Order: sequence, then structure tokens, then C-alpha cells
Amino acid sequence: MVGRESFESEIHHLEQLIIKLARRTKEQLQLAVQTLYDCDVEKAREVIQNDKELDKLDMQINEEAVVLIARQQPVATDLRRLIVALRISSDLERMADNAKNIAKSATHLGENHGITVHPSIREMEAIASEMIDLAISSYENEDISLARKLSELDDMVDNMYSSMLRELLEVSATEPQSIQHVMQMAFSGRYVERIGDHATNIGEDVTYLVKGKSLDLNL
Amino acid sequence: MSNTTKNKVNINVKTNGVNEKISENNAETKQNIIYNTQDLNLWYSETHALKDINLEILENEVTAIIGPSGCGKSTYLKTLNRMVELVPGVSTTGSIAYKGDNILAKSTQVEDLRTKVGMVFQKPNPFPKSIYENVAYGPKVHGIKKKAVLDEIVEKSLRGAAIWDEVKDRLNQNAYGLSGGQQQRICIARCLAIEPDVILMDEPTSALDPISTLKVEDLIKELKKNYTIIIVTHNMQQAARISDKTVFMLNGEVIEFTETDKLFSNPKDKRTEDYITGRFG
Repeated sequence: MVGRESFESEIHHLEQLIIKLARRTKEQLQLAVQTLYDCDVEKAREVIQNDKELDKLDMQINEEAVVLIARQQPVATDLRRLIVALRISSDLERMADNAKNIAKSATHLGENHGITVHPSIREMEAIASEMIDLAISSYENEDISLARKLSELDDMVDNMYSSMLRELLEVSATEPQSIQHVMQMAFSGRYVERIGDHATNIGEDVTYLVKGKSLDLNL
Repeated sequence: MSNTTKNKVNINVKTNGVNEKISENNAETKQNIIYNTQDLNLWYSETHALKDINLEILENEVTAIIGPSGCGKSTYLKTLNRMVELVPGVSTTGSIAYKGDNILAKSTQVEDLRTKVGMVFQKPNPFPKSIYENVAYGPKVHGIKKKAVLDEIVEKSLRGAAIWDEVKDRLNQNAYGLSGGQQQRICIARCLAIEPDVILMDEPTSALDPISTLKVEDLIKELKKNYTIIIVTHNMQQAARISDKTVFMLNGEVIEFTETDKLFSNPKDKRTEDYITGRFG
């Protein structure tokens, strides 16, 4: 059974890379949102720069998974484990891109924009961060009960985004001069909302891994 | 040993004929069932090699049988054309209906059965004769003498086995001069020449190189349009590539029998999962 032990150790390595990518993604999200509130353009540029490291990590996961598929020709749960690793990595990479986009919004707003950043963005970020933790915990422990919880949290983020958007539309109507800033805030809210969707996808992936059946939680 | 031991009947003295005609209705209503195995048990003397096998094999499908060495897969295959009875001390209970007729019944003519059920073995076993004679041998035994008819059968069979183009200019050369992969396809052509309904294959590519293996696999996929194929293989990827259904056997029992897509992506039984993922066996 030497071959299987080696395979399992390589799968474990892949899982560790995914967990690392998830942790770094969460850090990027939190940093990016903080730069919005702090008007910290320099820090925002750091976040943008950091994203390259996360892209590399995603590529490394892809390459290792493809090599494992080619060399081990896995079937059943082993195959699903690798397919799911590829999907989760891709979702995390997209989440990190969204964090990078929030940082870009911070750079567009600049250091002295003088407007109040909508408090919902921070609240949405807190839930999205919790979702990343849950998603990865669900993956690490193959716990599908957390997938439902992700769906509930995603609904909360969606609702917060919708009501924030309504408020911002009113602001844009009454304060047309601030339209650029309002748009950047709306974009940032949208980026956090998308991060929630990707975290929910991870819950679906874990369900597929464990049950062998697909489940759509993004309804 | 199970209770069925009390009722076991030595295959060499034939079964009691009660189930000679099994479920004619089955053949009418489910026309695509070619083999219906019910409660089959088989013993090699005191060794219980097959235990309560129940399987329905459909026409024009490729059914793969997988499992660790000694699980009974080759025994089951050889029961389907009753070659298993060549082993001394074999006895069976239960029934195997081939197109509705119990082939374990005393009235079954084994020779007739084997003209309908061809077999290809692990190691290519051409006769020490010319390519032509290898393929024409079966039809000649069955009384076909006219050369024109034999020529037609030989060409059709060699084409069917996807080897015509490689040997058409050297039909009179000894089959031993061919590569292993070519010899195996000659054996398949020899099998096709008697126009069977079913082809049993016992690890047909285990002695072949990867290219020859893929050629035989392509051939199997082509052959299923006209034949029913039941293949025993140790190569699980091969089972995954070529079969419609897969049977997983362990210690003489059928553990799981389902569509190949399902068995290799989401098996229901943990023992199947453990075997196909290499956790045991």
C-alpha cells in the first residue's frame, strides 16, 4: 500500500495549500476593506501587489492536482477530492481578486475623499470572513452541515448589499457630485457580496465531495 | 457452508432439469437480458467459490467484472459457457438463463452453447497454423467446406477484429509470426468466425503492450454493436474506459453491480470504494 500512502500524503499537502490560500484570502479581504475606511492608498497598493502571490498559490494547486490525476488516475472519492481541490482553489482565487478590486477602489477614492464609507461594507466583510472560515472548516473536516450555514450567511450578505445599494442610489440622486465615490462604494459592496457567493460554492463543493451529488446553495 | 450445499448438484451429472426453461416471460418482456443468473452457487469440491450470485446481463453491452485475485470473477465467466466444468469436482446450484434457457440444465448441449458464446483468453493462443486457417478452423469444424464461403467468413472476421488491413497480404503466414497484440486480435477474429452472440474475455489485454491494449479496447467498443461482451479484467482503468456496467466481486460474492459511470465515480459500497481506490486487494 506504499503507493496509496504516498498519494494520501500528496493529497494532504494539496489540502494544506488550499487552507493556506484561504487564510491569505481572508487576510487580503480584511486588509482591503480596512484600507477603504482608513483611506490608506499605500496599504491598498500592498494588497494589490499581494494578490500575485495568491495567484501563484492557485497555479501551484492546479499543477499539483493535475499531476496527481495524471500519475495516480484516481477514481471515486479520490477523484472527487482532486476535482473539488481544483474548484475550491479557483473560488478562492476569484475571492482574492475581489479583495484586490476593493483595494483598487480604495486607490480610486484616494486619501482625502472626505466621504463616509458605508458601515455595511465592514459588516458584510465580517460575515464574509466568517464564511471563509466556515467554508474551509467544512472542507478540512468534510462537514456538510456547515454548507447550509454558509447559505444562510450568504443570504444575510445579499440582503445587506441590496439595502446598501438602495441607500447609495438615493445618495447619488441627491448628491450627484459624489457619484464617483458612491460608485466605488457600490462596487466594493458588490465585491464582498461576490466573495460570499464563492464561499457558498465551497460549501457546495464539500457536499459534492462527501455525497457525490451536486447541490446548488446559491439560489 | 450455506444451506444451499444440501441441494448442490454436481455439474458433471447435470442438474435436475427443473429450471430448464426459466422464465420464458422474462425473455419476452425483457428482451435485452441475455444472461439472467439467479442464486448461483459454485463449489470446487468443498471450496465455496461463488455465493448467491444474481446478475442480469444485457445484450449489446460491455459488462466488466473486477475484483481481487481469487474473488471468483474468472470462475463466473467460465460458468457462462460451462468451461468451468472441466475442473474436476465442480458443483453448482441455482441457474443461469441464457436467452431464457437454463444452461446448467441437463438438456443443454454444451457444444451448441459454445457456438453462441465465444471466449478470448488472457494469453493469445493461436493455433500453429496460418492466419487463414486459424480463422477458418471453427467454420470448417461446423461443416463449411466451400472455399468461397470460408474466404468471405475469414475476411469478415478479420475485418471485425480490426486486423484485416494488417494481415490481408499474408494470410498464409503462420499466426505465430504476428505480434502479441495481433495474435490476440486473430483470436478475436477466430471467435467471431463462428458468429457468436456473446464474447467472454478473460483478461484479454494483460499480456499486451499499451498500444495493442488500446487497439483491443477500441475493438471491444466497436464489437458491442453486434455482440454482448463480458470481460474480466484486473485493469480497473480498462473497465472504466470500455464497459457499460461493472460488477465488483469479493470472496465469491457480487458486492456491487451498476453502471460503470456510477461505480467509478460514486460507488455505494465501502468495499467497492476501498478496492477501486487501492485501499485493499
